[in-house]
Order: sequence, then structure tokens, then C-alpha cells
Amino acid sequence: MPFKYFGKINFTPYTKVDKFAEYLQKGRLMGTQCKKCSEKYFPPRADCIKCMSDDVKWIEYSGQGTLQSYTKIYAAPKGFNDIAPYIIGVVDLEEGGRLLSWIKNIPDDEIKIGMPVKIIPRIFEEIEEIKLYYTIEKGETN
Amino acid sequence: MGEKVKVGIVGIGHGKFGNRSDANVQELAFEPFKQAIEDTKNLRRDNIDALIIGSVPEYHMQRSLPGVVAEYTGMNPKSTWLTEAACASGSAAIRTAYMAIKSGMHDVVAVIGVQKMRELSTEDILALMGRVGDVQWESIFGTTFPGYYALYANRHMHQFGTTREQIAQIAVKNHHYGALNPNAFFQKEVTIERVLDSDDVAYPIKVFDCCANADGAACVIMTNEKKAKKFTDTPIWFEGLGSASAQMSVLRRPNLIEIPSAVEAAKQAYKQANIRPSDIQVAEIHDCFTIAEIMAYENLGFCPKGKGGKFIEEKQSYIGGKTPVNVDGGLKAKGHPVGATGVSMIIEIVKQLRGDAGKRQVSGAEIGLTHNVGGIGQYTFVHILRR
Repeated sequence: MPFKYFGKINFTPYTKVDKFAEYLQKGRLMGTQCKKCSEKYFPPRADCIKCMSDDVKWIEYSGQGTLQSYTKIYAAPKGFNDIAPYIIGVVDLEEGGRLLSWIKNIPDDEIKIGMPVKIIPRIFEEIEEIKLYYTIEKGETN
Repeated sequence: MGEKVKVGIVGIGHGKFGNRSDANVQELAFEPFKQAIEDTKNLRRDNIDALIIGSVPEYHMQRSLPGVVAEYTGMNPKSTWLTEAACASGSAAIRTAYMAIKSGMHDVVAVIGVQKMRELSTEDILALMGRVGDVQWESIFGTTFPGYYALYANRHMHQFGTTREQIAQIAVKNHHYGALNPNAFFQKEVTIERVLDSDDVAYPIKVFDCCANADGAACVIMTNEKKAKKFTDTPIWFEGLGSASAQMSVLRRPNLIEIPSAVEAAKQAYKQANIRPSDIQVAEIHDCFTIAEIMAYENLGFCPKGKGGKFIEEKQSYIGGKTPVNVDGGLKAKGHPVGATGVSMIIEIVKQLRGDAGKRQVSGAEIGLTHNVGGIGQYTFVHILRR
């Protein structure tokens, strides 16, 4: 499953972390961890920022997190007009790292910074070509 | 040439910003170049050793801009090159000119910041600018430039209680001063209501919170202190220069309430100039969106972290307040031809320090600052100038 299948429009078909798409298709949200210094990365990286090691392994993320910020995009760029307006959120993941995606299935007036959210791996059913993505949805309150 | 050589500005030129469908990119560049030479005393084109262009290449059909600008301005065979740091390309060009003069490699350098943005549609520009975030993990969800600043705005409002009205007051101030600037794209006052009633772009950002894509050019001529007196009676000196970077991706930034590159660049510039933020008498700030100016007050130390909203509410950034900011209208009213903006900021500070700013003069200003941010904060350049 090449990385070009990740995203409604993909700008980076070639990357050392292309296995991410394969995992996502199986419903698993994966980041990387440096085998040398144990630093964790989401989004995944092939090379460690901290110790510069290029030896990393895949680790699974729970998908749980809290909403750091959000916006509703009205003026959309080329290629996204058909889905506008859409809500974009930035999530602080439970295991560290952040993720940006669309907020789905939460009414506008219930979206609050700091709320618990859950990342759901998805496939665009309405597009013929395989297109993988994930959404930010309501999480469980403790 | 050693540590003590001062670098200063001896000539300035500023074209009209806006919808310049009357001119191509090299014709735009020619206007302020000619003005800047005429602004000096007896400087001839042959006295200029190098021509540095600040511009973002993706907007133009013409590739490799220094080639066409050097030819059109009649500068061949003098040395020429391009600097790029997104919306801070103009300041990157000025920093490069400073280095060239300081090192002794060149004595007199002309810097032209130039951009022609209106060859592209707004939809294309939104796509282009959205890709100034991380394209692998962010742009695939349709992020936009205003969208990123909207993420900052919502977080700032959540964390510090900054209000929508306070954010709108930035537009009101900058349009107020833009009305006094004949080079500005928009020379009209706006009210808070007008800002808040304008169309949604990326919640909570409205159309009137955004600077406009514009065509335009600006030019400064820089030299060392040995030659400066020959070319002007009123040289304005560079006292402090700061430059820093921050993560491309907001997913890797420490937080979304400040621009870390701005904090670092400001620290460097204040240290070199040996002054404090409260010594700045007039400032040009990168207000690509209204929230950006509020964050910049904090990042530059004009007010404590989280108090930027209060700073504008109390009118501390108006003439007569603690630190007058963007009294030429800022990006908001002038328009933002990305490559030209950093040079345009320097020109306003030079005018202020020369005492030539007319109706928008900050009386007796001796020390001024420019703050030019590239992308969504990946680059910041801070320059401190003195009379």
C-alpha cells in the first residue's frame, strides 16, 4: 500500500515511512520510535531529530487525545472546494505528538478546545481510487 | 573591515502596492529602484556593486527573477541573486546585503523586494499558501494560510481570554493609518462592526482580518559608514539583526500561542543593539492576519505573554501609546506583495527616523524595529534601526 493512497490529495508519494498507509488501511494508527534513544514520533519520522539515529521501529498509537485547537475552513484551496466548509482540528495525542485532521460527527457548538477526542482510520467510500485518511471524533470522558 | 563597520541605508524607493495589472514584474521592480537612486545624493548606478532580489518564485510565470530584473534595471554585468524565506524574503535579502557589506565583499548593495501575485486566482493562491504547512501530514486535509492563523487565534482566545473584538481592533487601527499612506492598497477607515460582519474565511478569521494579496515592489540602497556620507546627509543605521527558524509543521511546535522564531530573532536583535523592547519608539510588524499582530506584541516583548489583546484595546500601539505599530497601515492596509513586504517595512522605519513620515510621523523617533515573518512562523527576521 504505497503512501500515495494517504490523503484526499497526496503531495508526497515517496517517503521512507510509507508503511504508515499500509497500517492505516488495516485500521491501525502507527508512529515511530527511535531504537537508540526511545524518542517517539507522531507524525512518524524515519530519522530521529534528537539523536540523529536512522534506526526506528513502528509503534501503535491508541488514537486517544485532546483537542489543542480547531478552525472551520470556508475559503478552501483547489481540490477541497467540494467538501467546504470543513472543520480542521489539531489533537495532542495521549502518547505524545500531534495530529491534524477533519473533525467529524461532532456538532459545531459541542466542539471545545481541551475536549477528549478519538482518531478513527477511514477510507473514502465515494472516491473510486483507494484514499485513506483519519478523522477526529468524540472521545471518552474519564 | 571589522566588527565596528556600521551598515546603513542611503536611499529608499517604494512603488504603489495593489492590483498592478498595468505592469509586469520587472517593470514593478524598476519603479522603486529609480526612486531609491534619486533619493540619494549623487549615487550613480555604477556605484552599486550588487543587486539582491527578495521574492517568492512560485508566483511568477517568469523563472529566475534576478536575471530579468538585473537586465531591466540596467545592472548587467553586476552580481545579482535571489533570497527566499516565504513572506520574509525581503528581510532575508536585507540581511544578505548586510552580510555582504559587513564582510567587505561589496561596498554598495541595492535590495529590491518584488512580487506580482495577482497573476494567480485566489483559489490557486490558497492552495499554494496552504502548502507552506507540512504537505505530508497537513495539506492533505485542505489546510490554508488563514486556517493556520485561525488555529493560533482560537488557542490564544481559549488560553488568554483574548476577545474577537480585540482582534478586530487591529484591522481598525491599521486601516486608520493606511488611510494616510498614498502607497497603500486600501486607504479607507473600517469599523469593528464592518470587520466582524465580513465573510468567514477560517473561523474565527473573517475577510477583514486578512491582508490582501497584492502586486508591488520596494527598494533600499545600503552601504558602509565610509561611503554613506557621500550619498546622503541622513543615513539610518542597522543596530541589531535577528534571524531564527521554527518547525515547518505546527504538529512539532512547542505550542500554538506564539511564534518561537520571532521570540528568538527578537532576543538576538535586542542583544546586538543593546536595548530593551521598551526603547523601541516605532515598529513595523508582520500583520498578515490581525491575530498575528497581537501575538507579535507578546513575542517582541512590547507586552507580557497573553496581554496582546489588552495592548490594542488600550490603544498602546497607536501614535501616542507605548509603542506605535504599523503606522503606515501594515500588511493589512498596504497589501502584502510577499517579497516586497520586508523591504517596505524598512522604508517606513527609515522615513520615521528621518522625520519624513508626514501626517503619520511619530514625533522624535530615533529607534525603530521591523518584524517580518515567513510562512506560518518558520522564519522570522527582526531588524533594529537607529538615526
